[in-house]
Amino acid sequence: MLDGEPLIRWRWLGDHLGYLGDLTADHAVIALVPVLLALLLAVPLGLACARFPRLYQPLAAVFNVVYALPSLAVFVVLIPYTGLATRETVMVPLTCYALAVLLPTAVDGLRAVPEPVRQAATAMGYGPWRRLAAVELPASVPYLIGGLRVAAVSSISLAAVGALVGRGGLGYLFVDGFQRTFPTPILAGIVLVALLALAADLLLLAARRVLAPWSRGVAR
Amino acid sequence: MNWLGWLHDFFADPAHRSGPDSIVHRVLEHLAFSAEALGLAALVALPLGLLIGYSGRGLFLVTALAGVARALPTLGLVTLAVLLAGVGETAVLLPLTALAAPPMLVAAAEGVRGTDPDVRDAARGIGLTHPQTLLRVCVPAAAPTLLAGVRTASVQVIATATVAAYVGLGGLGRYVIDGLATRNYPTTVGGALLVVLLAVAVQLLFALFVRLASPPGARPVRAVRSARAAGSAGGGGASAGGSAPDDDPAGSPALVKESP
Repeated sequence: MLDGEPLIRWRWLGDHLGYLGDLTADHAVIALVPVLLALLLAVPLGLACARFPRLYQPLAAVFNVVYALPSLAVFVVLIPYTGLATRETVMVPLTCYALAVLLPTAVDGLRAVPEPVRQAATAMGYGPWRRLAAVELPASVPYLIGGLRVAAVSSISLAAVGALVGRGGLGYLFVDGFQRTFPTPILAGIVLVALLALAADLLLLAARRVLAPWSRGVAR
Repeated sequence: MNWLGWLHDFFADPAHRSGPDSIVHRVLEHLAFSAEALGLAALVALPLGLLIGYSGRGLFLVTALAGVARALPTLGLVTLAVLLAGVGETAVLLPLTALAAPPMLVAAAEGVRGTDPDVRDAARGIGLTHPQTLLRVCVPAAAPTLLAGVRTASVQVIATATVAAYVGLGGLGRYVIDGLATRNYPTTVGGALLVVLLAVAVQLLFALFVRLASPPGARPVRAVRSARAAGSAGGGGASAGGSAPDDDPAGSPALVKESP
């Protein structure tokens, strides 16, 4: 309970702007590097799944279960392998969660190329690799970005829980504020996490505009 | 560094066999608390979602709300609620309810929205009133989507109730948080494993529900397709908004999670 403590101490915020900035930058690294790693894994895996459909169902089932695992529990279970209070404790599970979101969207995207388009590319003399780079990957960009938006936002949100086992990031503000019965850092943390998520989302939307201008009207 | 040994220590500990710190007691606490939050959320979100989906008004608002909710860090909300209202069940119940409501709302709205318009018109045409159409036609057709939303909410709440132990709540989170605080890894890992098992069990339970609750017309997308190909109109079929949960590998990315 708070006794005479105001909800927000503006002076504290003013005095700690640099600190809050550092934590936000740290949080962005912890949350978004796993999303990038997952993207690097999802594209080749998605290609393999699009080529060998039998591979997809079991993989999808595995990731469906992974996605349902409570993050705090996973962070804790991984401590023996990654060590307590290291960034890897948080980043390894976040990569798995992001991959669970991205793999289905990558497969959908690669399958979305209409057969006539594929045949047209082949008829124009494109080999399989050139067709992949020039036709299939670009066509799947809107799908991938749709998945990336979901993955990035939930990763940013989940990374906050990592403060209970890991190190760094905005989640520390919650732990710190709670231990000191001091709501200002908690509120700052909530707002900054939400703003970071919003920024990542808008950035991805902008990226889609640049990389896939034809998808502007598509609601996704 | 020995995982299996830790688990053995955890499950063999007499303190975890009986009394207030026993596994059974903690699991029941965890379930009771999660069910309370889910019940509250369902009470608010499901009727509202059904109405929004049926009338088609406010759909945009629902989607926007779900996006915002996904970005809110529950740990922050829980700690703040406890600072403001003191340690107590209500203080933690509110953030959990707020966490569970958006996926249910979205699922109910989108499920009803996804009912085949022809089927809705037919129901109106044979003289059903609006409430009857909603309850007897749209709700059964939306059942798989609806259940998928409740499943997402349930798994999230069960996972987050673990975090709530950080602010003094009982349940399985006690093992995880207390173990971390005292560097007692057997307890932490044992508790974490129990939470994972509980979440997976709830997932499986809902997969079963979805199978049982799907109306015959909404179940296999293939059957609906072949019925259409055969030229038979409708076949009582309402496709589940194109998102039969069984075919949807990552849950519905639209509903998705924030599961601490």
